Amino acid sequence: MSLSTKGTGARIARRRAADLVFTGFCVTVTVVALTALAAILWSLLTKGLGGLNLEVFTKSTPAPGSAGGLANALVGSIMMCGLAMVIANVIGVLAGTWLAEYAGKSRYGAVVRFLNDVLLSAPSILVGLFVYEMLVAPFHGFSGFAGAVALSLLAVPVITRTTEDVLVLQPATLREAGVALGAPLSFIIRTVLWRSARSGMLTGGLLAFARISGETAPLLFTALNNQFFSLDLTHPTANLPVVIFQFALSAYDDWRRLAWAGALIIAAAVLGVTVLARTIAKEQRRS
Amino acid sequence: MSAAVDHVRASSRRSRPRGALVAQVFEGLCFSAATALLVTLGGLIVSLFIGGWPAIQKAGLSFFTTSNWNPVTDVYGAAGPIVGTLVTSALALVFSLPIAGGVAFFLTELCPAPLRRPIGTAVELLAGIPSIVYGMWGLFVFAPLFSRYVHMPLMMKAAPGSLLEKLVAGVPNGTGILSASIILAIMILPFMAATLRELLQTVPAAVRESAYGLGATTAEVVMSVTLPYVRAGAIGAVMLGLGRALGETMAVTFIIGNAHGLPDSIFASGSTIASTIANEFTEATSAEHTSALVALGLVLFVITFAVLALARLMLGRAEQRL
Repeated sequence: MSLSTKGTGARIARRRAADLVFTGFCVTVTVVALTALAAILWSLLTKGLGGLNLEVFTKSTPAPGSAGGLANALVGSIMMCGLAMVIANVIGVLAGTWLAEYAGKSRYGAVVRFLNDVLLSAPSILVGLFVYEMLVAPFHGFSGFAGAVALSLLAVPVITRTTEDVLVLQPATLREAGVALGAPLSFIIRTVLWRSARSGMLTGGLLAFARISGETAPLLFTALNNQFFSLDLTHPTANLPVVIFQFALSAYDDWRRLAWAGALIIAAAVLGVTVLARTIAKEQRRS
Repeated sequence: MSAAVDHVRASSRRSRPRGALVAQVFEGLCFSAATALLVTLGGLIVSLFIGGWPAIQKAGLSFFTTSNWNPVTDVYGAAGPIVGTLVTSALALVFSLPIAGGVAFFLTELCPAPLRRPIGTAVELLAGIPSIVYGMWGLFVFAPLFSRYVHMPLMMKAAPGSLLEKLVAGVPNGTGILSASIILAIMILPFMAATLRELLQTVPAAVRESAYGLGATTAEVVMSVTLPYVRAGAIGAVMLGLGRALGETMAVTFIIGNAHGLPDSIFASGSTIASTIANEFTEATSAEHTSALVALGLVLFVITFAVLALARLMLGRAEQRL
């Protein structure tokens, strides 16, 4: 490039202009995007707080026109998410351990890893259909158990993935030190690796919990819904997402208010758990 | 000495078999858990296939090519939901991609340092908000505004018989294909922006700095250096966003209007595969209706599986290169 080319000044001007357009575009869309997302959070907050009171936590879902709350749905959601997390943790941690410690570069390991990734982002409504075909149709009844299984199927891939990622990051010297002491690999995994990877695995579990607690689609035809307070998971079980869905689409103002309150509770729970998970991850990185 | 050796032998005879057994059982458990994942995905495919096959077999190709969906007469043509799924997802991607890219470029190249962390964290947190929240916002806040300030004025302007009139046909209540696409775009935006940003951060500082050192402008650095550097990964991230949009249920069901059949215009009501299943599955009484809905699920699975597999392949290649 010669410095004396004619039109250098014009080219620089053109490049500057292009850069200005680009930068302007980036700034504008960022502002637009953040505004849109802030608007969503704002209406969630204002409409949700309007419907939020003590009765929401103490009373069960009402008939239209009468006072009530979301207690049965909250309890149902907590029970199902809890059970789902127990199932998902057992399977996910073991599967992630296998991928990290035993699979190596084997072809079977690669296949499982790939399918886990597919399952990780598979549409949740299909998981609901699958559990319906497996657990609801054969036993002729919607149940909280079926809902918990559907939720666990959504959590397992997340936990498997994070468990594998965290275990792979553990230094090889930890394993070698264990082997040098004559301990079998399974013993090293359980007493050394799991322990040193604990906070990473906890983060993964929390993220999985955040993911399933807001899921609606797979519960629509597994847990269904229940108007009444019940601790029995063998029957249709009330849960927050499905109640929100039904109440939001209803024509009654008090139901819609409850739906917004429920949406606020779920969003707050999800955000809280995510922030907690990130804090734990950060603490771990620091130490 | 021989006594000592005997002692060691004896103790190892006592302990080793038990230890070996535990090790074997543990490895077996881990292996079965991994296999359970495989079986789950396999079972998902098989159950969708078995459940949906009767409907596809009965309707034949017309299941995909006709748009008459009538549970009363048990005639099922799924062109409406299939086209609705593809159109809303494609539009959502078109709306969302430039914005997500802009946000990611802003965060990696332009953002003042003190704002970088808070904005980045906010975007990542928003990616985790349950989709039902986006759906409710779409129905109660966005739809009335959309109807009042976009759809109605356009309808007023459209001359009878003109192309514009055809384009904006539909009940102006704010719901429809276009509204659903916009809500979907807002929903996948934080996810795509966060993933793109993460990818752009993997570009080594030396590469970016040498480009600036040669006198390149910010636009040139992004367009000819950092973006090409993460190209494969970026395509993978976009495909993952598309996968989310294709399978999204709640954000769409609220606002698409839930009309079967092929939509006349992008302002008209429509349906997607996921919204149709969500709306009708628990109310389906005949076996044929259920089977048709499961067949829809099978179609959705095939579409998303193809997209996700491609995305993983792309992302995998990007990771290998790093």
